[in-house]
Amino acid sequence: MIREWFKSGSPWIWLNAAAVSTSLILVFGLLAMIAVRGLGHFWPAAVVELAYQEQNGQQQTIIGEISDTEAMSAQRARDAGYQFSDAGDTLLQYLIKTGNRDLTGMDFRWVLAKNILQQDYPREIMVVERREWGNFYGYLAAVKEQGKVVASGPQAWPEAQQRLERVLRIVEQIEDLEKKQIGAINYDLEKLRLKKKRLQLEEQWNSDTEQQLAMEKKAYEKQYAELQTELVDLYSQINRDSLLAKAAGGRELEIPLTKVVRIYQPNAMTLLDKIAHYLGKGWEFLSTDPREANTEGGVFPAIFGTVMMVLIMSVIVTPFGVIAAVYLREYAKQGFVTRLIRIAVNNLAGVPSIVYGVFGLGFFVYILGGNIDHLFFPEALPSPTFGTPGLLWASITLALLTLPVVIVSTEEGLSRIPKSIREGSLALGATKLETLWRTVLPMASPAMMTGLILAVARAAGEVAPLMLVGVVKLAPTLPVDGNFPFLHLDRKFMHLGFHIYDVGFQSPNVEAARPLVYATSLLLVAVIIGLNLAAISIRNRLREKYRSLEN
Amino acid sequence: MSENTNNNTTTSAVASVKPYYQRWRLLKDKLARYGIAFGGLAVIVALVLIFLYLVYVVYPLFLSAHADAVAEYALPEAGQGKTLLLAMEEQNEVAVRFSDQGRAIFFRVKNGETLSAEPVGIPGGVAITSFAQGQPAKGVVAYGLADGRALIVRHRYRVTYPGDVRLITPYLEYPLGKTPLVVDEAGSALQHLAVQVDEDQATLVAKTSDKRLLLTRFSREESLFGDEPELEVTHMTIRRTEEDTDFMLLDKEQRMLYLASRNGELRYVDVSGSEPGRFKEKLVDVLPVGTEVSSMVFLNGDLSLLIGDSSGLVSQWTLVRDAQNRFTMQRIRVFKVSGHKILAIRSEQRRKGFLTVDAAGVVGIYHTTAERMLIEKRVGSSRPVAVALSPRANAFVVLDSADKMHYWRVENEHPEVSLQSIWGEVWYESYPRPAYIWQSSSASNDFEPKFSLTPLLFGTLKAAFYAMLVAIPLAIMGAIYTAYFMAPRMRLLVKPSIEIMEALPTVILGFLAGLWLAPFVEENLASIFAMLLVIPVGVMVFAFCWQQLPKRIQYFFPEGWDAALLIPVVMLSGWLAFFISPGLEELFFQGDLRLWFQREWGIGYDQRNALVGGLAMGFAVIPTIFSITEDAIFSVPRHLTVGSLALGATPWQTMIRVVLLTASPGIFSAVMIGFGRAVGETMIVLMATGNTPVMDLSIFQGMRTQSANIAVEMPESEVDSTHYRILFLAALVLFLFTFVFNTLAELIRQRLRNKYSSL
Repeated sequence: MIREWFKSGSPWIWLNAAAVSTSLILVFGLLAMIAVRGLGHFWPAAVVELAYQEQNGQQQTIIGEISDTEAMSAQRARDAGYQFSDAGDTLLQYLIKTGNRDLTGMDFRWVLAKNILQQDYPREIMVVERREWGNFYGYLAAVKEQGKVVASGPQAWPEAQQRLERVLRIVEQIEDLEKKQIGAINYDLEKLRLKKKRLQLEEQWNSDTEQQLAMEKKAYEKQYAELQTELVDLYSQINRDSLLAKAAGGRELEIPLTKVVRIYQPNAMTLLDKIAHYLGKGWEFLSTDPREANTEGGVFPAIFGTVMMVLIMSVIVTPFGVIAAVYLREYAKQGFVTRLIRIAVNNLAGVPSIVYGVFGLGFFVYILGGNIDHLFFPEALPSPTFGTPGLLWASITLALLTLPVVIVSTEEGLSRIPKSIREGSLALGATKLETLWRTVLPMASPAMMTGLILAVARAAGEVAPLMLVGVVKLAPTLPVDGNFPFLHLDRKFMHLGFHIYDVGFQSPNVEAARPLVYATSLLLVAVIIGLNLAAISIRNRLREKYRSLEN
Repeated sequence: MSENTNNNTTTSAVASVKPYYQRWRLLKDKLARYGIAFGGLAVIVALVLIFLYLVYVVYPLFLSAHADAVAEYALPEAGQGKTLLLAMEEQNEVAVRFSDQGRAIFFRVKNGETLSAEPVGIPGGVAITSFAQGQPAKGVVAYGLADGRALIVRHRYRVTYPGDVRLITPYLEYPLGKTPLVVDEAGSALQHLAVQVDEDQATLVAKTSDKRLLLTRFSREESLFGDEPELEVTHMTIRRTEEDTDFMLLDKEQRMLYLASRNGELRYVDVSGSEPGRFKEKLVDVLPVGTEVSSMVFLNGDLSLLIGDSSGLVSQWTLVRDAQNRFTMQRIRVFKVSGHKILAIRSEQRRKGFLTVDAAGVVGIYHTTAERMLIEKRVGSSRPVAVALSPRANAFVVLDSADKMHYWRVENEHPEVSLQSIWGEVWYESYPRPAYIWQSSSASNDFEPKFSLTPLLFGTLKAAFYAMLVAIPLAIMGAIYTAYFMAPRMRLLVKPSIEIMEALPTVILGFLAGLWLAPFVEENLASIFAMLLVIPVGVMVFAFCWQQLPKRIQYFFPEGWDAALLIPVVMLSGWLAFFISPGLEELFFQGDLRLWFQREWGIGYDQRNALVGGLAMGFAVIPTIFSITEDAIFSVPRHLTVGSLALGATPWQTMIRVVLLTASPGIFSAVMIGFGRAVGETMIVLMATGNTPVMDLSIFQGMRTQSANIAVEMPESEVDSTHYRILFLAALVLFLFTFVFNTLAELIRQRLRNKYSSL
């Protein structure tokens, strides 16, 4: 019977079906994993307090979040050197995020489940998100003002929250002062310096201009001094309060409130609190700058950089791609040459992206950028202005990379437009341009849109060429700010895809940063899949439309 | 007539309004025509420009070097003694000639005008008996004297810019003081001398006229008090020498001393220790009988010796560790320069090249790593006496026996590159055997760059191979089912889902592969392999049982939705594989597959390896292959399959014998396009495969691909350097490779489409 069954060939069909199932499992499993890990990151995990017996018999308390569980076979555990006397055949281990890097030197530790003597979730455990040294886990002992205790015991918690709010407000003011106002003054001072050099280069540097510049400089310096006093004042206010916290094992630690971003008691939170916390963290992720070498905080600059780059790229790629497609389809004489061009354009889409990066670096950055610097920015030399990787070159490189996508898609749209429409328009006396402009292009616009969306999706996910032409791990300033000319095309920028690579592989504390990378991946995947689905749905609607036209 | 005129005026009145607008319309149309043609062509040209630019950057690598005579003049200050050494400074403006009368004559390179002729400060009445040069880049020379003393002098150049014009002022410096240093306390003449000076230590080695080999070391001791550093002097006798010594060299680490005689005996001694008794000496014969050593110098970096002989050969010798971890002298390559005696060899100071002059007056420039002869020129008609190569190796001067100086300029930008050095096995300095190695840069000039693209190409192909191993079965089998057996409604859902994989940024796949999959695979290696077996078997068993079920239940599930039905089955069998694998490991592999591989087969395990990279990249390539294959199968004309089924073939027979056969060119082109994508993929291999450029086929070892290599090294490479151009060459190779593959695939697909339409 089995032989017959095999002879009928149906097992092979089933096997082929299994290949489809496997592929589907892979796709959706991957998406689900990114989603779960990315979304889970912001949920306030319960903090556990363990009474733990170390291998050497010593007892101690461990406070932290359980972030991973691993079961190891007895054999392997023995090979790895664990003492293993009981009869169980697996060794259960927990990875605990203990935080307190300033006290213990590490964020994580493994514990053996069998050595845990007691496990509690005390409501009073507090988690402090700090600006340096990662999270703190422990208890709040007291709140201090100028080194004197003002609240302790149960009053400490509300007091701490109140004071934290005040500090965060001041921090915001300080950031505004330092980044925006003082940043603007520094920018202007730098411009003055360059102006002076330029005048010297052009040999117009004389006492008049010198005086004028000196006056301008003085004005800026005066402004600067004013801001500086304001800043000093704010700093003295901000340093007033601190928390006295007790870590696991009873060690006391004073945490200045300036260094605190957020405090919460996860075990005491209600579901509603947790949801609020979750949303708050999610918003922080989307809207703030990264902290601690990109391993904490938000990814706002990376989102901003990605969006900026994609926008500039779109502005460049759309007209050129459409013109090339219109030329190929409407104007060029169809024949061997156009066929050849079409194949070439098609294949350029398959050329590795890193090749475009190499080209961008060599041609745009070094040749074009270098020459632009010599012609227009001689005063800044030898430090390059456009002769170094930056936003403009990254956008142009990616525009080149995605050009084939737009050309192919637009051409397809153009080829779907029935000939009768064109002929009708020409028969009514319209010129070719008018036909094109009034009927053909509007009808093909969804196809262009599809091409553009696909191009944007590709560009948003592309990292390899960007590593060569302008992406950095941490950009001090956004490419858009309040200083004239507002859009700084020469600046380097951050990018979500590169952020993933950098934080995941080049950060000093990969383990701690991992959840953040998942969250970033989720964001990127969501954007790209969203864009692709949009493209697919536009394409489908387009097909429907022409089907009805043909009838 | 009047009516006619009237008529005319009306038409002209109309025409004067209308043509204006019409002309404008037509003009616009025409302008647009040209504009669009220009724009369209410009875009296409821009895309071609990529290729041209890559070629433009790579091209200089293959330009041949050339040298041209610039000037000829008489030897400056010929009366001040015979030339012992010629040397040039960096800018090729000033050269120096040390004479056997103890004078340093600085002169202008371009016309021989004497700038200064100073005595180096040898005390009167003492004869000069020997002369030695230290590291050429430091400009150190030493005169050995008849009274057992030696004088160390350095020629240096001060560069100033008075009135924005470069001015180079040569001067002499005495790093160890102006009075000659005592080398032989017994006071016999120093017949041969070797010298090395660096910041805190200097060593002089001398052979005296009474055949003793002496070593004198000067260490600069920074005393705690007082600013004046003190020189601590150590005298040692290495041994007595009975054999001839004609050449003596000390490396710049002041560690290895090389002694050679004309008849080809080379001895090397480690003189780094402080006790004479510890000096161990070894002897090799470097020449066949009948020839004589005529010159011996270090190659830049002092790791290998260049030995020129009377028959016109230059051989390169280097110390190599053998199997017992002992150093032995090995000849790693030979250059046939000419049939004449090699008079002098000069090494380049920044690269592994050298210049030779032979007795016939022919100057040759060679590069050791590339095993290339770059320049061969006859300079003058008389026999050369001395030669100097400039520090940047872009000029040389030759002095001939007719006291004539010849100044030549050299253009030799990329001597490191040859077919052999890029693609072949090269025997690098200090390596025990020839090897394929990519190791492009290091902090110091002494480093021998290893530019073999072979390991990178190997890595690229290896990564692509394992990716295809994962992708081809899944994608093609999936495509067969989706195109031919799947219910149309399910197909509408499945196709876009798999195609969306293609849009997933590879950086995310790479991140997951590197940080999640790699440790996971390392932990569960046995389960991964078990899945290969368990899932197909599980599916088969399920299918068999399913078909034995009553038809009523089977019909409950619509035909063509089997794939959906199988999802839980595949997941369950996957889980089963994980469940049984510890037992299997215990049973067959002594508890741990990874250790078993190590023990039984000697296969090491890297956490980030080809398996992980292959899985991740396979995932990335699946949608490409799937989508094209599916199209090819789906568009096989219906009447072919219907005909086959009508003749009584089973669906599977129809599939294999008719559909696959017809669609096979399309499938082939799908595989090619997928391969092209795998070859060019950067981020996944960068993150998941460890990036070590090794040549090892093992699935548990990592590799480095061309694309990852470019991504890693490009930002740091200096513009227009050989390294930069070679990276461009790698990019060009990638470009051509994928372009050719894709074009072939595209042509195949077009032919297939024509075939279908004719069917």
